[in-house]
Amino acid sequence: MKTTITVNGEARALDLDPRTTLLDALRETLRLTGTKKGCDHGQCGACTVLVNGTRINSCLSLAVMHDGDAVTTIEGVGQVGALAPIQQAFLTEDAFQCGYCTPGQICSALGMLAEVAANQPSQETTDLTGPIRLTDDELRERMSGNICRCSAYPQIVAAIRAVSGLPA
Amino acid sequence: MSSVLDWEATPNPVKENRAGNIGKAVDRYEGPLKVTGTAPYAYEVEPPSPPAYGVMVSAEIAAGRITAIDTTAAEASPGVRLVWTHLNVPPQGPRPERYDFFTPSPRPALQSDRIYFFGQQVAIVIADTLENANAAAAKVAVTYEADAPMAIFHDHLDEGVQPPGEQDTEIGDFAAGFAAAPVTIDDVWRTPLQNHCQMEPCATTAWWDGDHLTVNTSVQMVRFAQNSLAETLMIPAKQVRLLTKYIGGGFGGKGSFYEDLVLAALASRELAQPVKIAFTRQQMMHGTVHRPATVQHVRLGATPEGRLTAMSIMTVTHCDSRGNFTEHASNFARSLYAAPNRLTGHRLVRMDLPVASAMRAPGEASGTLSLEVAMDELAEKLGIDPMELRILNEPDVDPETGKPFSIRQLVRCMREGAQMFGWGRRNLVPGQVRDGRWQIGVGMAAAIRGNMLLPAKCSFSVDAHGVITVRQGMTDIGTGTYTVLAQIAAETLGVPLGDVRVEIGDSELPPAPGSGGQFGAATAGSAALDAGMNLRKAITEIAVADSASPLFGGPSQDITFQDGVIAIANRSERLADLIRRNRPDGLTADGEIRPAADARNWSQHTYGAHFVEVGVDTVTGEVRTRRMLGVFAAGRILNWKTARSQLTGGMIWGVGSALTEGNSVDPRYGSLINQDLAGYLVPVQADIGEIDAIMLDEVDDKANPMGIKGVGELGISGAGAAVANAIYNACGVRVRDYPITPDKLLAAIMAR
Amino acid sequence: MRPFTYERAASVEAAVKSAAQTPNAKFIAGGTNLLDLMKLEIETPAHLIDVGRLPIAGIEDTADGGLRIGAMATNSHVAADVRVRSRYPVLTQAIVAGGSGQLRNKATTGGNLLQRTRCAYFYDTSKPCNKRQPGSGCGALEGLNRNSAIFGASHACIATHPSDMAVALTALDATVETLSPSGQARSFSILELHRLPGETPDVETHLIPGELITAIVLPPPPAGGQVYRKVRDRASYAAGLASVAVAGGNLALGSVAHKPWRAEKAEAALALGSSPVEAIAAELAEATHSSRNGFKIDLLRRLVPVAVAQANGGEA
Repeated sequence: MKTTITVNGEARALDLDPRTTLLDALRETLRLTGTKKGCDHGQCGACTVLVNGTRINSCLSLAVMHDGDAVTTIEGVGQVGALAPIQQAFLTEDAFQCGYCTPGQICSALGMLAEVAANQPSQETTDLTGPIRLTDDELRERMSGNICRCSAYPQIVAAIRAVSGLPA
Repeated sequence: MSSVLDWEATPNPVKENRAGNIGKAVDRYEGPLKVTGTAPYAYEVEPPSPPAYGVMVSAEIAAGRITAIDTTAAEASPGVRLVWTHLNVPPQGPRPERYDFFTPSPRPALQSDRIYFFGQQVAIVIADTLENANAAAAKVAVTYEADAPMAIFHDHLDEGVQPPGEQDTEIGDFAAGFAAAPVTIDDVWRTPLQNHCQMEPCATTAWWDGDHLTVNTSVQMVRFAQNSLAETLMIPAKQVRLLTKYIGGGFGGKGSFYEDLVLAALASRELAQPVKIAFTRQQMMHGTVHRPATVQHVRLGATPEGRLTAMSIMTVTHCDSRGNFTEHASNFARSLYAAPNRLTGHRLVRMDLPVASAMRAPGEASGTLSLEVAMDELAEKLGIDPMELRILNEPDVDPETGKPFSIRQLVRCMREGAQMFGWGRRNLVPGQVRDGRWQIGVGMAAAIRGNMLLPAKCSFSVDAHGVITVRQGMTDIGTGTYTVLAQIAAETLGVPLGDVRVEIGDSELPPAPGSGGQFGAATAGSAALDAGMNLRKAITEIAVADSASPLFGGPSQDITFQDGVIAIANRSERLADLIRRNRPDGLTADGEIRPAADARNWSQHTYGAHFVEVGVDTVTGEVRTRRMLGVFAAGRILNWKTARSQLTGGMIWGVGSALTEGNSVDPRYGSLINQDLAGYLVPVQADIGEIDAIMLDEVDDKANPMGIKGVGELGISGAGAAVANAIYNACGVRVRDYPITPDKLLAAIMAR
Repeated sequence: MRPFTYERAASVEAAVKSAAQTPNAKFIAGGTNLLDLMKLEIETPAHLIDVGRLPIAGIEDTADGGLRIGAMATNSHVAADVRVRSRYPVLTQAIVAGGSGQLRNKATTGGNLLQRTRCAYFYDTSKPCNKRQPGSGCGALEGLNRNSAIFGASHACIATHPSDMAVALTALDATVETLSPSGQARSFSILELHRLPGETPDVETHLIPGELITAIVLPPPPAGGQVYRKVRDRASYAAGLASVAVAGGNLALGSVAHKPWRAEKAEAALALGSSPVEAIAAELAEATHSSRNGFKIDLLRRLVPVAVAQANGGEA
């Protein structure tokens, strides 16, 4: 099926098997292998990308469902030599070990911070009608859709905290 | 062979640390690639031509045989290039009677109609696309004749046999000592089967160039996998190049390798096309390895003053029907506390279950979950602070072997941790502290994990720009190998870190054993240090012999390497200039490390102490960790940042072991109930509160020439026990059947 | 995945028409559950009708002071809506207790209601499961059934409905609006949406084939406090062991039945002046359990009174 997806700012015209997930289209068709396959069932978050600015699991979406969408992957966040602040913070805080969940963590963090800026609640939000205060508990809850088996969790919190511009 | 006493007496640049690279919190060498998604893992490596995609088919019984296997629908499925089963897979080297962890041997895939465990691979489908391969794999129709699996471990505890080549160790007379003890603990702890759940499923990309094979795969041990694969394919090892540059987590589960590697190699040869095969997440659960369950019988006897007079852990565990892997949950206890009468040992039950093997801190991770809780229980019975009880029983020498400790700072870990954590402020009576719906408790436990040094080689090169390249067939599974090798090189050759390149994860590089048993940094690093010293020597010889060099004439022994400059007294030049003049193509030196002849004359371990605060919702049985502190003594620390991350990571594994992680066998099918990451619950970000790891200043000169030890497995040792002890302090009940899930804790609370 | 054809529906009417005309067609909205199951070939549609971009994603006030939530509104969108947060906090709390941020950004209101059980025997295609393969048996019945139902189960199936959101909607007396392939719109109580398993656990709702959920309508919030409490093995990103939604005098329980379980006996007891402890005991008197899920009864006996107290201003 003909599908056009704007990936990291570039329109990509694709002819896809309808079964191809957004994840596999990125990894195998476009060879943007920064987005990772950890479980292929929405249970780990390694495949997190931003679609029109919103974080989703790319493994649980068909590529053909994204005709006309704008997708940002880790390759669009920053590059070696020109790291985005969140990438630099992950490096500085040692917010990864094996690195496999890292692109998903970073994309998720960007989406998460946008959700906080939009005052979206989480299960740690005690006052649903007031402004969100990004406490560490809020941050941890909001990043819980990204499993890190190396368990760099405290370092991930520190990295996101470093770029969030928000007080704890 | 060398002696540890020589190591102790001989200065070297790592010990001297003049430029301060050692210990420094250096960012990960390969970090920029990982945070940008440009580090290619095995399935992502670009092959020389477009690949075909393989998907494996897994057995749906635990024991029995394949009576029929119909591949016609799969073969007719769109895009299919090849379907192999045991009936038509190419010949491979024969499987040995039993596998040995360190000896390469053939690991043939799809070998017969016999099924030994649920999830064993029974077929492979290769197709033009991943979608077509997946669809075709589902069309392979297998008919089985199933035997009733022997799958209920707890029904066969009495059938456990002595693991091959092992015996119980008894010191004194345990039975008499225990019988005579005025205060005793006698209880049984159960730990469940656990899965590694590395984030990167096992995967291989393979291609051939004539009769030379290149495989990119995800394994912890380069040479072991290369040689075993060559034996499987029945070709010389030099025709196999195995690359494993970036590894998405190992934890012991990639210590060996699996059918993805063998079948990708075979299929790419057959098809004359690169082939990629990855395990699905579901296949990882059964088709790789796991930490087996244990039942641990702990008996402690003590005087009313708290002196242990008798101590025993007897562990029953299981492995697969053809295996001999033993979860040595009792071993650590042989070195931890003093007691005149001691008995430890293991019994092994062979079952129709998937293959048991090493998972992060095999032995300690399971064993501390019993003994370190039993010590808490004993302390309470005696009315003694649990930390003071441990200190009371601190041995002067190894309590089992009588050997001196190389260095042992366990007491200091406990004392300093207690101070930092505020241990003294805790409420001794359980169930007294409340914060909203949470009852708060604190607990502590000791940590111990052995230390090892294995043979390894390494090479160092310097080029005409003064850039040092470290080459070693070592792996970095997230441990920080790249980074610490770069630090050792920078310090040894006196160059800026930015002038070091590290090449690892390649079978063509000098061999190193790989990552596992927390021996990686010490083993690989010691070989690197030796290579660095040899390169210094070679550079020195050139400099003092080069009449164009200010260093001409020596004296050689006065040479210094600093900031990319070599100097003798006040005569100096840039290292790059010397090399450009003398060796424009560069200069290489090799190095190696071997265990010292007398290494075993000392009892050598890494130590730590955990302090944990938990909240327990006594209405629901839910537990949350609020605060964790670990204080560790593990020799000289090469990189404060990566070491601390390893330790906090291990501590979080301890939380998982205590609270959420475990897999259960459905005995009717011999299969695991949790077959994905929605069922098998590893900790998530929200499970972990405040957490920190402190590393004490330490040098263990008897460990290796650098005085370093490993930290990758130490963090998990004891961490779960500290959580369990904190739960008791919070709510006054103990659950001795891990993990301590809400249903179990609630039942205990209600029975209180 | 088996091969299938794909179309993006141009309108709600076109979607249901296509569903009626195409054999073995399924709607796909967020896809977070359907694709999960298609990868395992538990779901094998021949045709997918993408309804995800249909203009039924808004949330609007109704004349009587309630809210109409479009079926394509994402879980995140609903949870964040200021009207939902202020008037139906139990709904926001239930939604954010489910899945992860990423999943909630994709999952839709309609799809969430129609998600299928997380029973391990349903997911493991090597096992018998009457829901997946009618007539094959129930693996959970004599198996590792810790997560199974304690209300309304049958000998054919003891699976539970996994939704958190649906539990809140059940407590809130929501109405489901649909469009059927004949072009007929209808609305009915959410209590009428899901079925108990009986002899046909593969049939999970009372929707007719090709019928599309278009909206959920909330009546004005009931008098009294609201709260959602979910108990699970880890702090986040995990299915519930049991949950309870309190909305005024209404109580619904989650992860305990083949459908979100409206605790009518408990409500009746509360209405008659019983204490919450007595009220939940009345409900649980009808509970049955399998070998490993009896703890859910104890858990609810303790959790529900606390949740009721919390809804009424007590300590969290």
